[in-house]
Formats: sequence, structure tokens, C-alpha cells
Amino acid sequence: MIDKKHIAIIGGGIAGQEAASVLTGLGYKVTILEKNERMGGMLNKWSKLFPDFSSSQLVLDAVKVATDKNLNVICNADIFSVQKENGRFKLSDNSSLDVYADAVIMSTGYNLFDATLKEEYGYGVFENVITSADFEKVHKSGEKLTTADGKAPRRVAFIHCVGSRDAKTGNTYCSKVCCITGVKQAIEVTQMWPECEVFNFYMDLRLYGSKYDALYLEAQKHHKIQFIRGRLSEVSERQGKELQLKAEDTLQGRPLRMKTDIVVLLIGMEACKQNEDLCRDNALELDENRFFKSKNIYNHRNSSTQSGVFLAGSCICPMSVNESLESARSAAMLVDKSLKVQER
Amino acid sequence: MSQFDFLQPKSRQIEIEQFDDRILTYVLEREQSFLTCISCGGCTATCSAGNLTSFNVRKIGLSLRRGNINDLSDEVQKCMFCGKCTLVCPRDINIRNVVLLIKKGIAQLETEKTL
Repeated sequence: MIDKKHIAIIGGGIAGQEAASVLTGLGYKVTILEKNERMGGMLNKWSKLFPDFSSSQLVLDAVKVATDKNLNVICNADIFSVQKENGRFKLSDNSSLDVYADAVIMSTGYNLFDATLKEEYGYGVFENVITSADFEKVHKSGEKLTTADGKAPRRVAFIHCVGSRDAKTGNTYCSKVCCITGVKQAIEVTQMWPECEVFNFYMDLRLYGSKYDALYLEAQKHHKIQFIRGRLSEVSERQGKELQLKAEDTLQGRPLRMKTDIVVLLIGMEACKQNEDLCRDNALELDENRFFKSKNIYNHRNSSTQSGVFLAGSCICPMSVNESLESARSAAMLVDKSLKVQER
Repeated sequence: MSQFDFLQPKSRQIEIEQFDDRILTYVLEREQSFLTCISCGGCTATCSAGNLTSFNVRKIGLSLRRGNINDLSDEVQKCMFCGKCTLVCPRDINIRNVVLLIKKGIAQLETEKTL
């Protein structure tokens, strides 16, 4: 029997699993190294997906890699070093785990922006200020969104670009999926509470994807969601835990004060902190936004600056679910191509 | 006929050809960060003077960029220089300095005129 090539995948989110199923399908031996107890990554935290409200569970079930004799899954493996040794890669975690592989796919994903850093918005201080991730948790539980003391909200405000396009937080890039998430969640609030007024405060609405604009139209037409062009400067708390917002309605050219029951911060995506560790013992590099740097962003998006190490999903840049899956499939094909070239 | 001037209203269109960029150039030479403004309005929302008067610090920047310097000289007098605009700016623009430079630039133009 010929010696099967072995590919290690760091990160068992949807990108890692999708790449794994393509590669096992091609007959390779694959090991997925997941740092958490369970597979699925960040998508485990999400309830419904834009733009068609399908359940994130459907995607999670679809990417779940079928048990295969060529597939090995190791959870609780927090890899911190990738080294090249005698033409192969040695991956190590903090315990005694060492994995050897012929090629590596990085699918480490992203972190959510820590909203407490944006102090003027009061997250972690005012109970009725929540994040988009908190909203997903409520939605996923099947409960309705309520104020901290359990009341139905009369008004909810969504704040775009929290931790994105903001030099003060060190993230000058656009996280790109928050705008459409804001539109989706605004609709979900009106579905929970038809009487509730919903406002979205934005700087620019960047609804870049296929069918995203249809959702925006739906939000305006059927859900009466109001979009105000202006960046929030601060949130303060009034009596009875009601919140007050300060922004400029830039289209009217006047400062605006608004009372609201709940504020939802649409937090951006950041590169994983561990990426720095993973670059230490090899030629991997990070880009200016601390995501993994591609060899070039056009023809070699999935190639890292270290030959033999490939990139998949939102460790390259912020990505939606379908972009992440597409990225994973193309990374897997690239691994196949490069290993076949090596054999010749 | 001069008393019937109201029958010939001025064009409402923006005349890009008559763009007066003297103050803009003066500001940009000294405060490059101003180039990156996206008119989000965070500055106006937090502005101390804007809470009390019709002062709109974002519009100051817009007038500057569009070369409407006639509107500027009166408007900038309303700024209290508290600097909160600079604190909230997502583009990290030193807005307080921009307003200060507009004042200086206008003063310089006035001096040149009287010379």
C-alpha cells in the first residue's frame, strides 16, 4: 500500500471541517486539531444565517465530517508551534502532543471584538447594552429579547461598526459581515416584537453580498426599520435603566438624542491572538490587520508565506459562512495540487 | 432694473470651477489626518458647542473641503476647543487642530488682503 500523505488542519470550525472532507474524499489522511472541547467553532454561537434565515445548525450538520478511517479529530489541542523538520511539519501544543504532517491548513478563524474596550458605549456597565453575539444567544435559546428586567422593548437601536473601521480600537478595516447581520437582527427583533421600533445607526451600509440588498429592502418595506446615517458618540443610562444615545443625523445635519430600551452593538471580527504564536517558528507572516498574510491576494489567497502551509476561511480576513466554505474548498484543492507536484 | 434683481436668482448649483482651496491647502499642509474624514458625524454628536448653538463641526470640515470659505469664518468662532470631537473620531483626525488651523488660515488671508 502506498504511503498516504498526511495533512494537519488547525481549527475545527466550518472551514477546517469542509477542507477535511474534501481531502479525505481525495484519499488523504487528515488530522483536525481543535482547541475547544467541541467542533464547529464560532458558528455554534449563531442562530440564524443571513440572508435567508436558515438555521446555522443546518450548515454545522452539513460540514460535519463523516467518520472515515483516514480522519482523526483531536479536540482540546491548542497548537502553539508549527515547525518544519526534515521536509515535514511538526505541530505541538502545550502538553506533550506532537503531530507530523506533509502539509498544514490554517483554519483558525476569528475572535469577536471585545466591546468593553469601546467604553463610551457602556457594554458591561449598562445591562441593556448587548452585542450581536449576545443577541444570537437569546435568539438561539428560543426566548424573546427583553430588557434586563424582563420587559418587552419598545425601542431597540443597532449600532454598526463597533470595533471595525475605528482607528481608536486599532481596527481600521471593515469586518464586512456586521452590516448585513444588523439588518438581519433588526428584522428578527420586529418578528419577536411587532410593535417595537427599530433603528440602525450606520456610517456606510456595506451590503456587499448576493441577496443582501433584498434583505435591506425587506427591512424597509415590511418591517419599517429606520436607518440613520450617523456614528454614535456615546450611550448613557437614565432612570429605570433606560438608555440615551447621542449621534448626529448626518443627513439632516443635526445632533440627535434618542431614548431606547436596548442597544445592540454589531461587533466586528478580529484575528485570533494565537496567530502570532503560530508564526513564530516558520515563515508565516501576519498582514497589517493581524490576519494571516496570503502569498498574494488574487491568485494565491489560500497560500501562506510559508510553502506547505495553506490558509482557509476567516483567518485570512473577515468572511461570511459561504465565503468561508468556498475558501476552505479551494485551500483543500491547493493542498492536493501541491502534494502531487511534490511527488513528481 | 437693479431693484428687480430678485428676478435673477443666483444658480443653486455648486460651481466646482470656483472652488477656493486656499484654506484647505493651508490646513492639509499642517494637519494631514483631515484627508481621511468620512463624515460619520461622531464629532457633531459629542460636540459641546453643538449642543447649545447651531455649530456643526462635521459641516465645518465639509465646507472646508468644498471650498465654501465664506461660511467658515463666522462658524468657527462658535467652537469651544474642548477637544471631544478628536476623542471620538474613528479616523483619528485631530479635529480640534483642524478648527484651530481654519481660524489661523482665515486670519492669514485677512492679513494678506490688508497688506
